[in-house]
Amino acid sequence: MRRFRHWGPGLILLGPSLILLAIFVYGLIAWTIKVSVSDEHTALGSKGFVGLDNYTYLFTEDINDRFLHSLKNLLIFTVVFIAGAMLLGLLWAYLLERGVRGEGLFRTVYLFPMAVSFIASGVVWRWLMNPNQGENAGGLNAVFGGLHLDFLQNPWWTDPDWGMAAMAVPAVWQLSGYVMALFLAGFRGISAELREAAAMDGASTYRLYRNVIFPQLTPVALSALIILGHMSMKMFDLIMSVSGPQWLTEVPAVYVWQALLTSDYAKAAAISVVLLLLVAVVIVPYLVWTQRTEKTR
Amino acid sequence: MTRIPRYTVLLLFLIVVLMPAYVLVVTSFKAGSDIGVTSQWNLPSTWTTASWEKAWTALRPSFLRTFQLAIPVAVISSLIGAANGFVLSRWRFPGADVVFTLILFGMFIPYQAVMIPLRDIVLTLGVPPGIPTLVLAHCVYGIPICTLIFRNYYATTVPEDLVEAARVDGAGLLRTFTRIILPISGPGFVVTVIWQFTSAWNDYLFAIFLSNTRNGPITIALNALAGAQSPDYAASMAGALITSLPTLLVYVLLGRWFIGGLMAGSVKS
Repeated sequence: MRRFRHWGPGLILLGPSLILLAIFVYGLIAWTIKVSVSDEHTALGSKGFVGLDNYTYLFTEDINDRFLHSLKNLLIFTVVFIAGAMLLGLLWAYLLERGVRGEGLFRTVYLFPMAVSFIASGVVWRWLMNPNQGENAGGLNAVFGGLHLDFLQNPWWTDPDWGMAAMAVPAVWQLSGYVMALFLAGFRGISAELREAAAMDGASTYRLYRNVIFPQLTPVALSALIILGHMSMKMFDLIMSVSGPQWLTEVPAVYVWQALLTSDYAKAAAISVVLLLLVAVVIVPYLVWTQRTEKTR
Repeated sequence: MTRIPRYTVLLLFLIVVLMPAYVLVVTSFKAGSDIGVTSQWNLPSTWTTASWEKAWTALRPSFLRTFQLAIPVAVISSLIGAANGFVLSRWRFPGADVVFTLILFGMFIPYQAVMIPLRDIVLTLGVPPGIPTLVLAHCVYGIPICTLIFRNYYATTVPEDLVEAARVDGAGLLRTFTRIILPISGPGFVVTVIWQFTSAWNDYLFAIFLSNTRNGPITIALNALAGAQSPDYAASMAGALITSLPTLLVYVLLGRWFIGGLMAGSVKS
């Protein structure tokens, strides 16, 4: 009893938050799962339980394989977005890590897109990624024309096969600076002694990075991957702003919105649950791992 | 890499990153007749602020509403986060780590997975539509990140002995928190306030699900202005700049802490 008097008040102070999250996170997820196994396909409401029918429908019977198409789009987007932002972020951090004159300026400029919403940046990216080529080229295609790199001109996101790779470009622009900031903090966290010790042992610059510095950055890289990964799964604003909702660029998050516009709640819920599962298979092991490693510290 | 190539690469990327900003600014000052796909990169032949006026007229009501959204969200979530973070780092109870992990999960969920019932539940609770509903949503779903930020902050800056000493002196939880902890929580507050202000200001997903152009925030209004069938490009770009000004200002003025906030987004500190 005395022990409870010791820690009890903490639990009480935390209580309201726990109740809110229990309702608004876990409760509403349960509710969404319930809708996803019902036949609530119109605004009139549900007549009953249909098991996993909505899920099998999405994967096997959806018109034109719409859901699978949106997953394929999400996959292309995610690969390009994560690879692009990780590489650029790491490169920038590498270029800046040992201190260059004007570092503050470079850091500020590289990072500023992060402060802007996708809705605002989408306005200009829609224009920069104008599909016109040759004489009528605008935006980035005009830049390529001007640099005599005409072969780089492309239809951007309007390309039916690889359009989603172009859609990832604004996302890379927006978040590479963030990855840079994370890596820069990682670089700076490596003690000078460690570098000096490696230099004393006669390690070349290449070996210093390969064997001493990069291994130390693994936790940072993992955090960055997790953050970018879950952002990518949820990507909605950028696509709504650049292309608007349409077949070519549809991802599950946009499909949910489209299904809701037709009051197909069951379908929207089923897509949301698939999306949640996709995020959970990555996040849950990560959170469990984080908690374990913290305990052993 | 030697100095010259390093600077060349850095400068090239600087230009690439700034390109969209250049297009935004020059286009926003162009007259309608001056705008065309092939002349995108040119400076305006005559500079005019007509599009800025048009965009401001269209966005003004929602611009003011978004302050009514982002400021309360920033303040309320920070206070909740400070209390939670304190308990989970310095006034722990059995199972605190598991509870913390359960809280953190809420930070990563795709909000689509709660959005459908969320609309119903706020209606049932009688929360007025528009800004009040959005304040509630951002505060609730902001609990995980704010808790995380303060937990890490207290765990690294507040010595355990300080809290123990207060306990020995007979100070209860609330007294310790308000008298000893809150006064040294400034840096944590700066980070959560920036983070929550920015995410509430820039949010579109909650906004489109829970509000409309008449009662919603600026992202909704901007998308309506820029997303029409034949959008006015100059006004759209001016609108995008107006929309971004508050968060850019926060970023420029409080850049150092802004980065601190971004760092806090990674679970491990």
